[in-house]
Amino acid sequence: MKVVSLGLAAAIAIWAAFPLVEARSWAGLAILVATTAGVFYLYLTRRHIPAKYLVPGTLLLIAFQVFPVLYTASTAFTNFGDGHRGSKADAIAAIQTASVTQVPGSPEYALKVATTGDPATGPLIFLLTDPATGAVRAGDASGLREPPARYTVLTIGQASARSQEITAFAVPTSGGAIRSSGLSRAYEGKALHGYDEGCDCISDRETGKTWVADATTGSFVAGDGERLAQGWKVDVGFRNFTRMVTDGTISGPFLRTLAWNVTFAVGSVAATFVLGLACALALHSPRMRGRSLYRVLLILPYAMPSFAMLLVWRDLFNTDFGLVNRMFGLDVDWFGEVWSARLAVILVQMWLGFPYMFLVATGALQAIPRELTEASSVDGARPWQAFRRITLPLLLVALTPLLISSFAYNFNNFNAVYLTTEGGPFPADNPTVGATDLLITYTFRLAFGAAGAQYGFAAAVSLLIFAIVALISAVSFRRTRRQEEVYS
Amino acid sequence: MRLAWRHAVAVVAVAFALFPILFVLSAALNPQGTLSSTELVPTGLSGENFGKLFGDTQFARWFANSLLIAGLSAAAAVLVGALAAYAFSRMRFRGRRVGLLSLLLIQMFPQFLAIVTIFLMFSTITDLWPAIGFNTPWGLILLYLGGALGVNTWLMKGFLDTVPKELDESATMDGATHAQVFFQIMLPLVAPILAVTGLLVFIGTINEFLMANVFLTGGGSKTLAVGMFGLIASERNNNFGVFCAGTLLTAVPTVLVFQFLQRYIVSGLTSGAVKG
Repeated sequence: MKVVSLGLAAAIAIWAAFPLVEARSWAGLAILVATTAGVFYLYLTRRHIPAKYLVPGTLLLIAFQVFPVLYTASTAFTNFGDGHRGSKADAIAAIQTASVTQVPGSPEYALKVATTGDPATGPLIFLLTDPATGAVRAGDASGLREPPARYTVLTIGQASARSQEITAFAVPTSGGAIRSSGLSRAYEGKALHGYDEGCDCISDRETGKTWVADATTGSFVAGDGERLAQGWKVDVGFRNFTRMVTDGTISGPFLRTLAWNVTFAVGSVAATFVLGLACALALHSPRMRGRSLYRVLLILPYAMPSFAMLLVWRDLFNTDFGLVNRMFGLDVDWFGEVWSARLAVILVQMWLGFPYMFLVATGALQAIPRELTEASSVDGARPWQAFRRITLPLLLVALTPLLISSFAYNFNNFNAVYLTTEGGPFPADNPTVGATDLLITYTFRLAFGAAGAQYGFAAAVSLLIFAIVALISAVSFRRTRRQEEVYS
Repeated sequence: MRLAWRHAVAVVAVAFALFPILFVLSAALNPQGTLSSTELVPTGLSGENFGKLFGDTQFARWFANSLLIAGLSAAAAVLVGALAAYAFSRMRFRGRRVGLLSLLLIQMFPQFLAIVTIFLMFSTITDLWPAIGFNTPWGLILLYLGGALGVNTWLMKGFLDTVPKELDESATMDGATHAQVFFQIMLPLVAPILAVTGLLVFIGTINEFLMANVFLTGGGSKTLAVGMFGLIASERNNNFGVFCAGTLLTAVPTVLVFQFLQRYIVSGLTSGAVKG
């Protein structure tokens, strides 16, 4: 057993090593060798027994959770995003090629667009035929060279599907670049914008206007305050964090979103818990007939695929032909009004979540000894009193950890909002923050939204979300008994 | 009379639970297959939507992909989590407390917030090892397993703590190795929590949309969540019946797993009694 597992580990390590050697990634190879050696040492020695049980999960945790999170955290202190993706040299190259224009007398070529990889996604190459000499050369993002041994020429359909990419593609040459004009012709143009190392600035060859590099914001700024769209990635310190507080267009909506986020999480947990508990109490009687049938039916929402049911619920709340309006004869624009949208989102969450609460409450009820409630009824307590004073407190002791993790889960319940309201309704003056937006959907829109990616700022918001959830959970966990075991 | 309120609560809750499902069923059977023509009670009976689902889309592929990814992720996550939970529950070692607390903390950072980083990371992995890169189930499974510790470990540790220590101590006295104790004594004893953890991971993975959407772009490699979202992304009203047919079929494996594990679920979820 042990021999087989270790053999498998060795085989995987060797398989993984070859591409690293080929790519000359010696640091990666060193990590691989060290990890493999560590694993072999650990499982061949008789010592370090706890580590034997912890290592498999920990390795996965470090590679696919801790590392991305740390990397994200470091991004929070940069301006990484659209226009600020690469190094300064990349930005200068991009500015120069973007400003290439055709001037009279510049050479023209017959163009064929090809790729070395998949026709839909592979890296582009321009095959350029000089009409005068008939010589064919290939050009890629790094410059002109001999055509590679293997390539695929794109068909007209494939090329027009990638026409935006092809239009933006440029093969750098000395003093300019080769760009396409249409899908079958290319020209070599001159760069209008040039970089001057002396003043660390970009200057326009025609107008003479200059944009000076600003190292704190990672962009080229002209005297009149104009910025070039293309910048580079720099560390901005805590500026992303202070922006949340000081920028009026962000801090106001941000606090409102935070307040609604807490309301949503508390509301969802409370609604599911109350309904789930009510069902569990109702079925918690041996004299009740049809208990197993009820139970099966009540659990059904939990078994349905939630991503699909969220989309179905969105249609149920449709104003014109949604079932909710038709069934109850209402004419409510559910997702158009702030509070009806919020109510609808919590209602949907209640539907999805109450079967889980029903299950756990049933289990917890069964764990409470019957003698306790029987004794109280002998003492003359009414059923409601017995529930309030005895059953509920005991239930809460058992279920609080689950309620807290349910809260943490709902606090970041991306699907619940994204698949139903998509954050809307949005106020007329601010299309970035909607009434039902959670911090997490807001962050997602910042990072991937149509307004341009702001990964750095989005990462800063994620860190803040993390801090809030961690704080709330840590405080609540301290109050529960289960935590005590950790300190023993 | 005392039972009347119980039935009232149960009936209302069942009605609430069932009406969206009934609507989905009705839409799936609706021969017109559009959202606007669907009523709560089926107006017609036709397998047309199911036919379209298998004929016009790659539903069968998506289904197989989802089962593979969710099944393997659940099995591996249970194993990895159980190993860690055993160490945390039964052994006392340096860094135990820190380890438990940091698991709790790391877990609170939603993995998909790091999606940009994950995307960059897997771009490199796809270049080096295409076998576990984008558009493969294996890379996605590894990614999901990054979160296999954490909540699962906590859930299982809570249950393991309720198993009397005397049981495994006596086995050790009889000469069992720690691996024998784990595989032959502990695992069978904690079967309920293994079942529940597996079920939770399975359901969670089937429903995971965001990372799968970034990860699986090729038509044949998509999961149910990604594929079915694409189904109604463009033609929402017209494809509604087909979508609902897919929703019903997606529920089938979960319901089966539920039935299969039913006797464990209640006791497992609440980390209650010790049973064999």
